[in-house]
Amino acid sequence: MTDLHSDTIAPEAPEAPATDSPEAPAPDTLVHGLYREGEPIVDTKAPRGPIAERWNTRKFEAALVNPANRRKLTVIIVGTGLAGGAAAATLGEAGYNVKSFCYQDSPRRAHSIAAQGGINAAKNYKEDGDSTFRLFYDTVKGGDYRSRESNVYRLAEVSANIIDQCVAQGVPFAREYGGLLDNRSFGGVQVSRTFYARGQTGQQLLIGAYQALERQVAAGTVEMFARHEMLEVVIVDGKARGIIARDLVTGEIETHLADAVVLASGGYGNVFFLSTNAMGSNVTATWRAHRKGAHFANPCYTQIHPTCIPVAGEHQSKLTLMSESLRNDGRIWVPKNAADCEKDPRQIPEEDRDYYLERIYPSFGNLVPRDIASRQAKNVCDEGRGVGPKVGDFRRGVYLDFTDALKRMSAEAVAEKYGNLLDMYQRITGENPYEVPMRIYPAVHYTMGGLWVDYDLQSTIPGLFVTGEANFSDHGANRLGASALMQGLADGYFVLPNTIRDYLAKGPFPKLEESHEAVVEARASVDARVQKLLSINGDRSVDSFHKELGNIMWEYCGMERSEEGLLKAIDLIRGLRDEFWRNVKVLGAADTLNQSLEKAGRVADFLELGELMCIDALHRRESCGGHFRAESQTEDGEALRHDDEYAYVAAWEWGGQDGAPTLHKEDLVYEFVEMKQRSYK
Amino acid sequence: MNLTLKIWRQAGPKATGEMVTYPVSGISEDMSFLEMLDVLNEQLNARGEEPIAFDSDCREGICGMCGLMISGKAHGPEVTTTCQLHMRSFSDGDEITIEPWRADAFPVIKDLVVDRSSFDRIIQAGGFISANTGSAPEAHSVPVPKPKADRSFMAAACIGCGACVAACPNASGMLFLGAKITHLGELPQGQPERDARVVNMLTQHDDEGFGGCTNIGECSSACPKEIPLDVINQLNKDLRHALAHGE
Repeated sequence: MTDLHSDTIAPEAPEAPATDSPEAPAPDTLVHGLYREGEPIVDTKAPRGPIAERWNTRKFEAALVNPANRRKLTVIIVGTGLAGGAAAATLGEAGYNVKSFCYQDSPRRAHSIAAQGGINAAKNYKEDGDSTFRLFYDTVKGGDYRSRESNVYRLAEVSANIIDQCVAQGVPFAREYGGLLDNRSFGGVQVSRTFYARGQTGQQLLIGAYQALERQVAAGTVEMFARHEMLEVVIVDGKARGIIARDLVTGEIETHLADAVVLASGGYGNVFFLSTNAMGSNVTATWRAHRKGAHFANPCYTQIHPTCIPVAGEHQSKLTLMSESLRNDGRIWVPKNAADCEKDPRQIPEEDRDYYLERIYPSFGNLVPRDIASRQAKNVCDEGRGVGPKVGDFRRGVYLDFTDALKRMSAEAVAEKYGNLLDMYQRITGENPYEVPMRIYPAVHYTMGGLWVDYDLQSTIPGLFVTGEANFSDHGANRLGASALMQGLADGYFVLPNTIRDYLAKGPFPKLEESHEAVVEARASVDARVQKLLSINGDRSVDSFHKELGNIMWEYCGMERSEEGLLKAIDLIRGLRDEFWRNVKVLGAADTLNQSLEKAGRVADFLELGELMCIDALHRRESCGGHFRAESQTEDGEALRHDDEYAYVAAWEWGGQDGAPTLHKEDLVYEFVEMKQRSYK
Repeated sequence: MNLTLKIWRQAGPKATGEMVTYPVSGISEDMSFLEMLDVLNEQLNARGEEPIAFDSDCREGICGMCGLMISGKAHGPEVTTTCQLHMRSFSDGDEITIEPWRADAFPVIKDLVVDRSSFDRIIQAGGFISANTGSAPEAHSVPVPKPKADRSFMAAACIGCGACVAACPNASGMLFLGAKITHLGELPQGQPERDARVVNMLTQHDDEGFGGCTNIGECSSACPKEIPLDVINQLNKDLRHALAHGE
């Protein structure tokens, strides 16, 4: 293990522009002792020319597959959320053989279902100045100028088709009395372009995709493998040709071969243990692919959502989000004096309250973007002015107060607008938000990073495609509200089915036997890992390791990151990972439903991912979007980007079990949007 | 608080199960019911006993993966999912029995985990609108009257957890089925397949071994999303129409 504390930190690595490769460090010079820099990525396969024509150009240039040949081609899709379910249904409709996998008991459970607020689309039904270009512009700006123009424009372009498709499937969007679709506005934009189904938009969109998927199961084009977890990708002659999966009921390790593999396995927020993700959400599918050669891009870009129900105690298993729409009418505050923090908030007079967002950001007030609202909540709690129960040494909570809104609007009007959210709050906390101010605190919610993909959504492994939150996506360093659903469905319904055909047109690929050396080896590695986890029989539960990892990540790679903290975190994670493989205790057998074993495999991968996230956060010595480096802030404590040095995607190549990862930079070129520093004061 | 838990343990689909008693102590009323089971599982793991298998995923009441019979009630004493039930609904010293859903169509896989793939097969039989990707007309070309859209949404709130089946003395899946019939049947887009849908889905429902509805209403009382009983009326009405149309 590298001793990170014995030496002074190496001076800043020569940040050579990517095109200036002669100046790049020699191959074996490790920056910070942690990583090396490799060749830049120069071609993302996006067509050139006017931005509005690029997607059409690509669709035209992508090769076609004759309908009669489609049934000779098999595509594996891992994950059945919006990105995976929609892709499986669409490819099935087109006539390909699809094998769809999910770890849940039914494809309808995928965590897309939990999205509350809505889905953006540039329909301009409100005639309020919206357009494809404006949605594109807002998304690029919201991502703090760290996403690709070509991809984001395509996302905005297909957004309108998504709404048409979902309505045709019977998704019951909210409607006005005239029978037409209703819209609402969302954070970070000035138009109303968000389509919604009360607070259950994700559920309704997912059920739409699920029903389309089940229709294909009935038609025989899609074969469904629920309660299956992908544990390895099979690569033959440099191409992704299948997966090794474990049947979670029987424990059987299965080989599934195909002509292409699509990973739609979601984000990795559970590396923090506590997040708004589902209990089973994990990085295993993408991490296994990373270890086999797929680059992992921008792993440090995580979104911390400001309005979640705070941690109540050590037993907490997950955090629950409450839609940010609450910030429209609720006012956020903490006591001015730490001495008041234990008091009943209703007894604290107005002059002793600090409405800190309204004070610091008079023009945006409580409606500043998610990253800013989150960081300021952390700051006031760090000052000792947090409220609610102490967790560790601090109270981690701020008030979200509806008192003024209740006076202004009446309890009925508040209930009509926010009733389901306030009820949920009451159920979880036991407190009545109509009488006592709610307590909220930021929580990990979404990961903008993920496997690197080109314009075709293909990873650095030919034949391995990645969609939805699992790829490094179109959101740059920060995702706007109501854009995750948009991206998942854009990838699944419209983008992937059009780009994967260019690859599949080269197939069918040579028939592969399960006895092929590469297949046997992949399967043996999965078997060995399962046996290893069951044989350690140490003293500590999987959850205890996961919680400790989560604490490290939250403390040092959470809302604020610093060089000192990140170096410490890397050291701690290495120690913890080492202990995990010596001292984890996984009971039960391999040939049965074994939830401890499932968790153990996922946590083992999180223990590797966590280190890469810290390395990425360490190397990006700027603040952008959800990534805030303490060393890079303005005099007022706001995020400070360094476009001259860091306007690139950081794509990391796996460096081997004990090796160092290699950084490949993909320069971000802005031709249509001017890069600016955000200001919300 | 201190509690006595009586929990169904069953090693596998064909194994014989039994109720096992576990005392637990130091439970906070702020814990969710499943977090209370997490605590028990950590204790079991520490003393070398295999943890209790139970399903849960989102833990925010929307995915439908969790579901336990808690002292004889599906999802326990409150109208919510098991994951949203909190320990403040119980009292110190309580004895709580915890069982899996009981229904022929939901066979037990292990401990508290059941197989609900029969629900997926009911959807496969017709719980969809056939609209291939890319074939959709402009969304505003077909207005939907708000009352119909609202009723459709109400029925579409079903999370497929199976509490309705577990609560029904006949183990009927008709609230689940009626909810899907109503969701799709209220929309203009759902009309072309309406007759075939109800016949095919009901046939599959019966083939899976779910019982028939005798208007008891336990399903609707147990439903965490409060799907009303009248979706079963809708199911019957649609079935009559379909049969009259010669389906």
